[in-house]
Formats: sequence, structure tokens, C-alpha cells
Amino acid sequence: MSRDSQIAASKPCLPLGRALAGFRGRIEAILVGNDKSGLPPDELERRLIELGFVEGASVEILHEGAFGRDPIAVRIDQATVALRRREAMAILVT
Amino acid sequence: MSITTGLGAWHFALVGTPNSGKTALFNALTGNRQKVANYPGVTVERKAGVVHTPSGRCVKIIDLPGTYSLRARSPDEEITRDVVLGRLKSETEPNLLVCVADATNLRLALRLVLELKRVGKPLLLVLNMFDIARRRGVEIDVARLSAELGVPVVPSVAVRRGGTVELLKRFDDLTGGSATGCAGSSWASPSSADLRAAQRQADAIMRATVHVPAPDTLTARLDAVLLHPVAGLAILFVILFVMFQAVFTWAQPAMNLISTGFAALGALVHNALPPGLLQSFIENGVISGVGSVVVFLPQILTLFLFILLLEDLGYMARAAFLMDRIMGGAGLHGRAFIPLLSSFACAIPGIMATRVIDNKRDRLTTILVAPLMTCSARIPVYTLIISAFVPAKQLWGWASLQGLVMFALYAAGIVSALGVSFVAKYLFWREDPSPPFMLEMPDYKLPRVKSVALGLVTRAQMFLKRAGTTIFSMMVVVWFLASFPRPPTGAAGPAIDYSLAAMIGRVLHPVLAPIGFNWQISVALIPGMAAREVAVAALGTVYSISGGSEAAQQIGHVLAGQWSMATALAFLAWYIFAPQCASTLAVIRRETGSWKWMAVTFGYMLTLAYIAAFATYHIAVALGAG
Repeated sequence: MSRDSQIAASKPCLPLGRALAGFRGRIEAILVGNDKSGLPPDELERRLIELGFVEGASVEILHEGAFGRDPIAVRIDQATVALRRREAMAILVT
Repeated sequence: MSITTGLGAWHFALVGTPNSGKTALFNALTGNRQKVANYPGVTVERKAGVVHTPSGRCVKIIDLPGTYSLRARSPDEEITRDVVLGRLKSETEPNLLVCVADATNLRLALRLVLELKRVGKPLLLVLNMFDIARRRGVEIDVARLSAELGVPVVPSVAVRRGGTVELLKRFDDLTGGSATGCAGSSWASPSSADLRAAQRQADAIMRATVHVPAPDTLTARLDAVLLHPVAGLAILFVILFVMFQAVFTWAQPAMNLISTGFAALGALVHNALPPGLLQSFIENGVISGVGSVVVFLPQILTLFLFILLLEDLGYMARAAFLMDRIMGGAGLHGRAFIPLLSSFACAIPGIMATRVIDNKRDRLTTILVAPLMTCSARIPVYTLIISAFVPAKQLWGWASLQGLVMFALYAAGIVSALGVSFVAKYLFWREDPSPPFMLEMPDYKLPRVKSVALGLVTRAQMFLKRAGTTIFSMMVVVWFLASFPRPPTGAAGPAIDYSLAAMIGRVLHPVLAPIGFNWQISVALIPGMAAREVAVAALGTVYSISGGSEAAQQIGHVLAGQWSMATALAFLAWYIFAPQCASTLAVIRRETGSWKWMAVTFGYMLTLAYIAAFATYHIAVALGAG
């Protein structure tokens, strides 16, 4: 986790959870804070990876929900994944 | 376990990510040689079948629930893990794993293949939907992919005739020799570092062997409209509205045909048999009882047709996306949308579908409210009362008033489900943060006639089986209660006044009188506890026996003459909530593993039903509809 935090600190990263529709970028790190998500940090990290969110993958926010721009539909390489902004905060992109 | 190369000694297991077309492949391979049941002890659906290879060998094949990893997170995925690892005692350990992947979306599947390799069993990767991939310009170097993975790879097209020839040939080669022993499993639950490393390896293999063009433009263009914050929601509601109007209008001709058929059959028996007990039993107990339920088959199939089409189209995941925030406001998970939508057909598959929700609390809330969604068993009751009491008027030239009332009843069910889950979430389980909503959205695909037809046939069989067993036996009980004891000779009133049914009805009547129910309704509610639609047939039996056999064909007319509008409305309100389905309660007990939650469901629904019917009746009476 500490290596990831260094990466996160050294580059101007944006959490995917704050990006708007139309954003395109690359995943810099998966960094799960132990905050409000309903899952333990390690479990959330594993689930994100299982859906293809790994460092280096390209992402694009395709759609946003009607209320509070949440959830978001993210194209990750060839697949499209729906997730909430709260969980997307763990995905750092540039 | 010793493995011999005899008949039926080969056991293959189909494993794959969700939306990989695994079930379509299973259907193509096994055709009608398949059995759907449950794994013992749990309600995860077990689909097994037999494949005949070109040289005539038999292979037993089992279709496992879709998963991204053997790291089980839900009951469905636990089954997949346990069968693959040979840990499930009731299941023969598979001697070959067939990993099914969507050729247009290989990335996550390749990581799963790398994980499955660690299980140590012979493995075969099937690139399904190979035709779509090729049409879209996806180029896969199959030989290289096989070499890089160290696993044989076969392309297939599950939905085309001849699309599985190569796969079946490969099955023949694999089953030609004797089964090789398993190398021994080195699988352990992967850590996030393991998963990361495996995904990187999979990505490297992808780059070396697969050329991927731009993403599917058709899906992107459709999503631009269907997932649009405003237009998307509007379209979703239009789809739901059309669905309910269709249930009412499209099914009508077929329903008329069925009811005419049963009426003719009843008349035939009436004329063929001498008047007496036997005639009454066959005509009123059996034919009109079963007929009054079977007549709703067209409506149920219309509803399932919509659900199956939307599912095959890939729209269901979009609906979950659109509804996530709205459902979240009521304390429900976006994923709960699919189980709740299925509950419109029947709460049982709906409750079973909640297994895709991995969080326990969320799953429990969904199970609690699923029976409030208007299931198809309520349609008979609603239709009967609406057609008897609501005038068949057209409003604004296009919408039928009856359809609108039906829509309002559905809306009442939805609103109360959201209300109950809101109360559960924010009063009882306030401290729990809501778990994440993460869902892969598959590309749109044209639904296949064959798979939709297979789904409809299965539903029809299930419904007719229920009509033939549960409902039929309840009808016999009702007929018996309504016919015995026989009235004394020279009695003045109708025969049913002297029966057991009337006695039970009169005992219950004081409790139900405040909500406007007469004793006939009280009688009909007793068998209605077994299944909602039985109440219609029971009312028919109660009234036809008390009013002559012709009345059985026109229950609605009789009710219109005997009930006040207020009673009819109270009856509808009762039916929005009442927990009148023994099978649903049994499934809740099984799914939650506790009598407590079954009792909670029964109790809260009964309370709501009584309050709703009470309020409706008294408001209607006050407005002059008494």
C-alpha cells in the first residue's frame, strides 16, 4: 500500500469518483482508503481488480446517473462496468 | 474416486464469467437432455445434462453459476468453487473444466483461466460468440493463445446450428483416451497482489494474441439514449407501462379461447353425467376450478416474454444502473432491481435471484419486499374484480380505464415495497453502510427465438404443473368443504349454507367483517393461503354451488351483483399485501435459513393487508360506494 501512496503523491492524480462524463484516462493506482464503503478495503480492492481495474488500464466515463451524477458507467478496455462514485474514489487516474 | 472410460464416466463442468453465453452453450450442447433442479440444502439452481459426442460417447455436463473468480462471495459462487474443487459431496467431481469466454470480451475471462489452471484439472477454453467477434473485427490468434495459456482453445457459436461441431469433436478427442489423473490443486484464495499479477499476465497475453478494434459502436449509440439521465429513465418507464398494458390486451384472445374451451368441457360433462355428487365434483370442483386458473396462462406468458426478452437483450443491467440511485434512496441495492422485476412474474424466482446480492442485509431486505411486487398469481384476482367492477372505458382515446387501475395496483405494490425497505434500512439497520454496486454491462445482443421459446416453455410447464397439483388438490378440498355435509332434506336455502365451508367462513367472518368481507370471501381466503389465484376458483366454487352451475362460468357477473364497490376495492387492497402464497413463504424460509424471517414476512404483510383493506373499505363507504 505504501508504494501506491508514493505513486499517488508524486503524480497529479484524480480519483475516478470525481471525474465527469467524457473523462478519458489511464489508471495510475488502486488505493482504497478505509472509509465509507460497505466493504473492507482489501475486499473492495480485490473486487475492483476482478472487474479489470488494474494499473495501466485505460478508462472512460461513458454515462452518469440522473441523480447526483451517480452511479457511473465506465468503459475499461473492452468492457463497460457500472459502479458508484463512492467506490470509484479508490481508482486514481491521470 | 476412480475414473473409468465407460458410459457416463466423463463429467465436464462449464465455468465462466457472467454474460459469457455459458447457458446458451449449455442449451446448444444438451438440447432437451437437461435437468434443472436445486443443489441439496441450498437453492442454487443445478443444471445438468448429457452431451453425445460425434462418436457416440456420453458426457455428463454441469452448468455452474457465472463467476469472475473462484474466490466465492455469494452462495452462487460458493457452489461454483466447491464443484470445481470437488468439495461438494453430493456432486461427482468433474474431470474436465470447460471455461466459457465471450470472444468479444476476453480480458477478465483470461484472468479466470489463469486462476482455473491452478486447480490442476484438465482445462479447455471455449471462445463463445466467435461469429460476433469476427464480424466486429476482433482477430484472435487461437493457436498462439492456446500456446501462451497452455490450455487447448476452441472457438464456438452456441446459438448457430453447427456452431459447436468443432467443440464436440474436441470432446471426442478428450474422451478418447483414459482420463488422466488430476495434478493436484494448488489453488488458494488469491490476494489482491495475486489478482493484480494475474490480470497483468492476462493483459500481456491479450496484447500478444488478440487484435481488438474500437468498441462496439451499436451498443455505444444505443446506450447514449437508453442510459441518458432523462431519456433513459423515461424509456424504462414506457417499457414497464407497455408491458402491463400488453399483459391486459394481448393475452385477451387466447384467454377467451381457453375459457370457452373449459366452459364447453364443463357443459359436456354436465350433459354426460347424471345430476348428483359426481357431476358436481367433476364440473364444479375439477373443470371450473382448474379452468379458472389455467385461463391466466396467456397473461403470465406475456409477462415472462417481456422479462426474457429484456434479459437476453442485455437491458436488465442497464435498468439496474438507471434504478440504482432511486432504489438506493429506499435502502435497496441497484442489483435488487432484477430480482424485484422477476417478482412481477413470481416472487419465487425473484427471491431465488437475490442470490446475486452478496451483502446479507441487502439480500434480506430484498427478500422481505419481493412478495409485495405484484406477481402473476394476483393477475387472476385483479382481472376478475376489475372486469366486474371497473367500467371498460377508454380514456384520452388510447388508455383503457381497466388497464390504468391495474397499473395503479402495480404502482401500489412498488411504492409499498420501497416504503417497507426504507423503514427496514433506516430504522433497524441504520448503522450498516450500504455495500457497493458494481456490475458489468454486456453489449446488446438480439434475443434468440430458440432460447426465449425454451424459457417460455419452462415457465408454462411450471405453471401448469402447479395448476395440476397444488391448485387442483386445493380445489378438491374447497369443493369438499363447500359440499359437505349435505343440506337436510327439505332445506330452504342454498346447499352451501349448510357446509363446512360456511361454518369456517362464519367463524372467521367477525374478524373480516370490519374490512367489508362477507363470509363467502372468508371461505375463499382459506384455500387462497395456498396460492393467490386459488381464491378466484374458490369464489367460483362457493358461488356456483350456492347459485347454480351456470354461475361458475361468470363469476364476475355474480360478484358484481353480490358485492358492493367498497367490498371489491377492499378485496383488491387486501390482495396488494396479503401473504397468501405457501410456496413463497417456504422459499423465504429456505433462502434465509430461518423460520424467524418467514414469520416476520407473514406478519408484516398480513398487518398491512388488514390495515389497507380496512382503510379502503371505510373510505369507500364514506364516499358512498358502500
